[in-house]
Amino acid sequence: MPSQQEKFAIFDPKKIFFQVLDFTGESMRGFCSTLRHPGKLRSRDFFYYFDLCGPKSLPIVLLIELLTGMILGLQAAIQLRKFGTELYVADTLGWSVFKEMGPLMVGIVATGRAGSAFAAELGTMKVNEELSALTTMGISYGRFLVAPKLLAMMLAMPLLTVFGDLAAVAGGGMIAMTFVDLPISVYNARLFEVLNPITFLLGIVKALVFGILITLAGCYMGIEADSDAQGVGRAATSAVVISILLIVLSDALMTQIFSYIGY
Amino acid sequence: MNADKPIIEVRNLTIGYDARIILKDLNFEVAPGEIFGILGGSGCGKSTLMKHLIGLYEPFKGSIGIFGENISQANEAQKRKIMQRFGVAYQGGALFGSMTLAENVGLVLEEYTDLNAEQIRRRVSEKLALVDLAGFENFMPGELSGGMKKRAGLARALALDPKLLFFDEPSAGLDPITSAELDKLILRLRDQEGTTIVVVTHELDSIFTITDRVIMLDKNTQGIAATGNVHKLLSESPDPWVRNFLSREGLKRAEMAK
Repeated sequence: MPSQQEKFAIFDPKKIFFQVLDFTGESMRGFCSTLRHPGKLRSRDFFYYFDLCGPKSLPIVLLIELLTGMILGLQAAIQLRKFGTELYVADTLGWSVFKEMGPLMVGIVATGRAGSAFAAELGTMKVNEELSALTTMGISYGRFLVAPKLLAMMLAMPLLTVFGDLAAVAGGGMIAMTFVDLPISVYNARLFEVLNPITFLLGIVKALVFGILITLAGCYMGIEADSDAQGVGRAATSAVVISILLIVLSDALMTQIFSYIGY
Repeated sequence: MNADKPIIEVRNLTIGYDARIILKDLNFEVAPGEIFGILGGSGCGKSTLMKHLIGLYEPFKGSIGIFGENISQANEAQKRKIMQRFGVAYQGGALFGSMTLAENVGLVLEEYTDLNAEQIRRRVSEKLALVDLAGFENFMPGELSGGMKKRAGLARALALDPKLLFFDEPSAGLDPITSAELDKLILRLRDQEGTTIVVVTHELDSIFTITDRVIMLDKNTQGIAATGNVHKLLSESPDPWVRNFLSREGLKRAEMAK
């Protein structure tokens, strides 16, 4: 059993900082190596993770985004009605969905589905000594384990965001038509007027960044998991908590940057 | 490489986890073609020592020379090169669960050789046949028994025909017949391929059957209690702890020999 002093040593911030740095470096090296030699990508793994993060997440993303759109639409309508400006429901909803809520909700769903799965998978591999085997075979975990997940998430997250945005807009549209009696043609016209390709792309960029952060957090927690069943459980939980924290922090940062450059 | 030069040279090695020392001031060598046992009771640091020998952890102090290169001082790139020259058979096989046996065994061949798919397939089949798993190429690890996983892990460790093989607890969790078969396989590898084998175990039955030389680790002194041939240690060791440790199995062996 580790002594109390040794237990505190586990939470050494300096050690954790260098571990994170080492992991990020190794993962990025693996990712770049995969881009340079795409033939070495384990395509079966890539499609498995893409399926896990993409098509299998789609129904829950659509449902959550639809409901989010309805809630945002309703809240906007209630406030705007006070000023007789219900017409602008589409503007408020479009901006908040495409720029914030769309990618954010997709990120949170992906965290629960993919981030925890990555941590549990790698944690179990650690318990089974598969990670040690990989190391002693001289194979980079960055290329072999992280890169297929990272690529899959980088592709799945923007796609999910596109579908999620559409679902949220549809949800808002339902509220606009029923609660505000706004004709669908007017709702659509307002949406197209206020939104432009850049607004849409900024949301996609956010989703991409969230995908990278979720993958890295999940894989890191799995690789650093304690080698027992409880350790794997803790790693999965920590992956979710840290991913959500990173998503919110990066979202705040990106919103600041986008505002600074005029978007 | 000089044939007489040790394949493994451990000098003044002190190892442990975090700040805790588990073994200190270890000195030993492993000669080419030798089956070398790392022996000791539970918790004495056998597996910790092996993890340091194969480069998974860095020692607190001292050096570990493998094929004449100091793995404990090597950078990541150098370490990977050294690691490609030895094989490690893990206790539970450590097979990648999402890959078939053929893919598991063929992975290092894809990584480090220029063999085409057909050549890799042939080599994989050879290695699986060597460990009596011919015909199991398309099985997933989850479909195998513990002993089969262990043998498949051995086939993977042998894929690149390494001159040095580390074997963690080869007999643990196996029935006596499977365990004896694995012992025969280890002897065959040494005799036919000239492979140097380091076996970490607390199974005395295997130790008496396969090893040429052992080190016995002592939890209390955190060091090596004895070095040498296990049969000689049983009869000649001046340390009563060593004789006691070995005697139960030694007596059984002596009776069988009679």
